[in-house]
Amino acid sequence: MNDRHSDAGASTPTDAIVFRDAAIRRGDRMIWQHGDFAIPAGSVTAIVGTNGTGKTTMMKAELGLIPLASGSVTVLGKPAGEANRLIGYVPQSYTSGIDSNLTAEQSVLLGLTGTRFGIHPITRAQRARAHQAMAFVGIDDKSGYRLSELSGGLRQRVAIAQAIVSDPKLLMLDEPLANLDLASQHSVAHLLARLNQELGMTIQIVAHDLNMLLPILTGAVYLLDGHPHYADMRKVLDSQLLTHLYGTNVQVVTTPQGDMFVTPSLDEPEGQPMDMHTVDEVAELHHHAHTPSMHHAQYAEHDASQDATQDIKGIKGI
Amino acid sequence: MSHISFSFDPNWMDTLTAPFMTNAFLAGLCIAFAAGVMGYFTIARHSTFAAHALAHIGLPGATGAVLLGLPVSVGLGAFALGGALVIGALGKRVSEREIATGTVLAFATGLGLFFARLSSSASQQMQSILFGSILTITNGQILGFAIFDVVLLAALAIIYRPLLFSSLDEQVAQAKGVPIGWMNVAFMAIMAGVITIAVPAVGTLLIFALVITPAAAANILVASPLKAMIVSGVICLISIWGGLALAAMFPAPPSFIIVTISTLIWAVAKAIESARHR
Repeated sequence: MNDRHSDAGASTPTDAIVFRDAAIRRGDRMIWQHGDFAIPAGSVTAIVGTNGTGKTTMMKAELGLIPLASGSVTVLGKPAGEANRLIGYVPQSYTSGIDSNLTAEQSVLLGLTGTRFGIHPITRAQRARAHQAMAFVGIDDKSGYRLSELSGGLRQRVAIAQAIVSDPKLLMLDEPLANLDLASQHSVAHLLARLNQELGMTIQIVAHDLNMLLPILTGAVYLLDGHPHYADMRKVLDSQLLTHLYGTNVQVVTTPQGDMFVTPSLDEPEGQPMDMHTVDEVAELHHHAHTPSMHHAQYAEHDASQDATQDIKGIKGI
Repeated sequence: MSHISFSFDPNWMDTLTAPFMTNAFLAGLCIAFAAGVMGYFTIARHSTFAAHALAHIGLPGATGAVLLGLPVSVGLGAFALGGALVIGALGKRVSEREIATGTVLAFATGLGLFFARLSSSASQQMQSILFGSILTITNGQILGFAIFDVVLLAALAIIYRPLLFSSLDEQVAQAKGVPIGWMNVAFMAIMAGVITIAVPAVGTLLIFALVITPAAAANILVASPLKAMIVSGVICLISIWGGLALAAMFPAPPSFIIVTISTLIWAVAKAIESARHR
């Protein structure tokens, strides 16, 4: 962890989320510790890691819903929890658990009016904003439908519309692609890219499957051996790291079209057991030097991915 | 074997205009308002079983109050409120825990029976507590109901939107700064009040059909929360008033007809729903 402190010194006013030696404990169990990194504003980052490594916990800590055992988390320049009005949040399994009779429009309006005490009839302007948000996510024609009548993909869009209706600077989504079919996954990922590029929202996504998000991600927080790290995407996209991260053999594959995807490899690593790397070795491999300006345009990222491919080709045949 | 008569009573108009009927109709109005509004929230919060249990938690309070010579509503209200605050403080998730809720429900019912057996007057009142006695509602009770409705309206004027948000979308509401713990306690406390005023109409055993069933039917018929609350209140009112009118015409207990009407309306709504999805 010799370069952890180079991360720590890198916080600037343009950082959306800054972790300072943060740790989370649940009862006796340390979920993760030594979180020391900054996520730049305008980025699209994923929080990745295997089940139970504390991905959702990290997002909840950023929202100030879970106290830190030590250290600090600063979000949009304020301690976690204090800038939540500027954050849009889409919790996990929003789409599968809901059996609501509420219409899409009513649900989106709650994102605008739901926190207000007292009598506040919905204004024309609020309704217009709700429809603007629904139009952006492509469900304006579904505003009168009940959530229970909509497909999982459409409900996820309603949830996103509800999250963005208050014009947040930061959008947080917990497993937004889970339980969606491939076409819906693709369109939600595309929608997130548009939110980032057209509205300039910083986006953070908890994800266990990176593939659909690869084209839009600029970086990732990966939870490894009880420590969160942040790295530029081209450094995360590495078979060795991903293998270590997921505890199963993972390959980064590039299609002839230049698209990349990660896939579990059926082969056991030749002649060596998995997880041979110590944390220090992995950290050596992946210099967490802060990237001050990140170009997050989708196409720029494709180029970056191709750069990464060059790196990876050497490693591929472990 | 005695002859069971379902004969029509030709003097039913006289019965309907009797003073005790006026009280029953007024009580119905007050109950329908409170039950209509809170039924919606109860369903939205997935707390229907907890609400049902509250009525039973109130039972030993009701029979215990008779034992001590206090009004039934006082004991019922105190126990329901106590139970509500405990469930509320434990959080929304707990109110969904069916086994714990069901166990407490059964124990409370047993305790209610025990208290009832300790005095003959409590024993006599047991049936009316379990199944309601809307025809014996006093002027004092009507006043209490009306005051509760005013308090409910005032409380909702303040917390309506945050309560709605936390009921429908708890995680997002929490992230947005809605005090969901307090919303839960407020909901449960108000629910205890609704139970307390609705039990005299249909009793602790049948309360589900008066508070939850109309709201479930309303949810099928309309989508917006406010409209659903209004429709639910109207269904509740039709059930109670219709039950009173039919009970005056035919020799059947009002509670039975009230829950029958409520159940029929719900069944019709369900039929409409399944036809809609075909």
